[in-house]
Amino acid sequence: MKQLLKNKNSRTNMITYLVVIVAYLIMQTLNSMDMLGSSVRGYLVPLCVYISLAVSLNLLVGICGELSLGHAGFMGIGAFSGIVIASLLKGTVQSDTLRLIAAMIAGGAMAGVMGFLIGIPVLRLRGDYLAIVTLAFGEIMKNIVGNTYVGVDDTGFHFAISPTKMRLGEGGKYFINGPLGATGVEKLANFTMGFLLVMVTLFVVLNLINSKEGRAIRAVRDNRIAAESVGINVTAFRMKAFVVSAFLAGMAGALFGLNYSAITATKFNFNTSINILVFVVLGGMGNILGSVISATVLYILPEAMRGLEDFRMILYAVVLILVMLFTWSPKFKEATAVFTGKIKGIFRPGKEAGNNE
Amino acid sequence: MNEYSKKMLKVPTYTLLREQDMDKLPVLDVRNLGIDFGGLTAVDSFNITIGPTEISGLIGPNGAGKTTIFNLLTSVYQPTRGSILINGIDTKGMTTHKVTKLGIARTFQNIRLFTDMTALDNVKVGLHNEIKCPFVCSLFHVPPYQKAEKRATEKAMELLDFMGLADIADQKAGSLPYGVQRRLEIVRALATNPSIVLLDEPAAGMNPSETTELMHQIRRIRDTFHIAIFLIEHDMNLVMNVCEAIAVVNYGRIIAKGTPDEIRQDPAVIEAYLGREEGKAEC
Repeated sequence: MKQLLKNKNSRTNMITYLVVIVAYLIMQTLNSMDMLGSSVRGYLVPLCVYISLAVSLNLLVGICGELSLGHAGFMGIGAFSGIVIASLLKGTVQSDTLRLIAAMIAGGAMAGVMGFLIGIPVLRLRGDYLAIVTLAFGEIMKNIVGNTYVGVDDTGFHFAISPTKMRLGEGGKYFINGPLGATGVEKLANFTMGFLLVMVTLFVVLNLINSKEGRAIRAVRDNRIAAESVGINVTAFRMKAFVVSAFLAGMAGALFGLNYSAITATKFNFNTSINILVFVVLGGMGNILGSVISATVLYILPEAMRGLEDFRMILYAVVLILVMLFTWSPKFKEATAVFTGKIKGIFRPGKEAGNNE
Repeated sequence: MNEYSKKMLKVPTYTLLREQDMDKLPVLDVRNLGIDFGGLTAVDSFNITIGPTEISGLIGPNGAGKTTIFNLLTSVYQPTRGSILINGIDTKGMTTHKVTKLGIARTFQNIRLFTDMTALDNVKVGLHNEIKCPFVCSLFHVPPYQKAEKRATEKAMELLDFMGLADIADQKAGSLPYGVQRRLEIVRALATNPSIVLLDEPAAGMNPSETTELMHQIRRIRDTFHIAIFLIEHDMNLVMNVCEAIAVVNYGRIIAKGTPDEIRQDPAVIEAYLGREEGKAEC
């Protein structure tokens, strides 16, 4: 029996990986056959980024049970550190892929370190208070990055947080130019890297959930006092979840930043954080495959409805409300249970009657 | 006799040590423990010594401070006065999870299981500190980690089997019947490899036959694992039958200590539970 349980768990994981791989192969084939429009091709990398963000936020919100509204802040830190690293390495590292990987790791590390530093004061709080503080943190990060000047000239590397102190010599180049953001960024990101990012995120999150660490994190979520009473260091585990989540968001951010030729800090605002949270909530708390699917659908939906102009966000909101209502409604659940029972019945004819009752 | 036990003898506590534990370091040694919440003194001058293989009970009327004492012992609260020594180590200033590593485990009056996880996983959370693997190892599921995880599963199943819960291992803890949940909590506490287990009303909500079974199980836990058990219980049948020593508290203070027979006849205890007899009341 316990063997079966283990199998069921790893089977769900396998399905998750498989869905992502198959989706990648299909899109890649279509792409190579030139069947994708340029706008669709443009959506592929951001889509991968949002899937990773949703999965990493699900680790924090669904598995650890901590509501964080500052995920875009970590994404922003990752994006701008990634851009700086990629630009700095331009002369030394020839391969674009290696530079992108270095940028993503640097972006993740930077976001992870920030996550750790912020986690020290923030993780003393829980519930609503934690949500408020992470929201504030996201806005603070946006404003700090929006007022940062990073550049390089003949004398070396320059960094300032005020335009008057930033003096670049002849031939100097800004990597981040305050409120103007990063301009003239080399577009290193591609769909394959996006796919790899999703796979790495899934690997880390799924392995973490199914390890003793994940068990401890879920225990802390279910009952903090009981978890402490069996010798689990609650603060340490909330911190681990927070830092891992921040690291993955930073990696995704770096890929996102290197996908556009120009990007400003305002992109990583509260709205983006909330959007990612919506992906997580609609996909189901703690449901990783759900996050992948809902991020895909909810990212494509508003883009696909661009033709509807002003009505698009209204429709988007209506769709969200309907999905919420339907997934909550017991009658709808009953109906889906009957439906899945029938589908199972097709594959296993003998059992159909039992499933329908 | 070592340094420690000499020091211990000076403390004028009524020791409840069983004879077999006389020359051993007590697993729990509490001296002059007290806690104030604002102006309210919840526990005061609480002394108790528990030997390594003793089953002792803590009884008292509602609101006497029994659970508060348990919370003090496991560092959920920090005491205002006094000291707690677990296996000879002072727990002052320690957090709950550190105290647990010293060898104290507990169950809760209002059951606190990880309701969304299976019974097996609940026990494996208790075995958390037994799986010694750094974060990176468990992240990549390397073979040593898998081996440790497999051992933990086997041990968890053994413990579940010990309490007769093997067949519910893969059920969600929250969906189990009340009595089973209580026993699962005991298994989880045992999984932390404790030298003393604190049971907070283990028989609450159990029917008489379940209670009788629990009595046997409590004795079996002591005899199998050679650990001490300290329990709070309102079921006098269980307390009087299982406990070798009993302490009675009222208004946060110990009013009597002794064997079950002594406690049964103690006038202070009878008064605390039943009130003073009309005729003897003075005024």
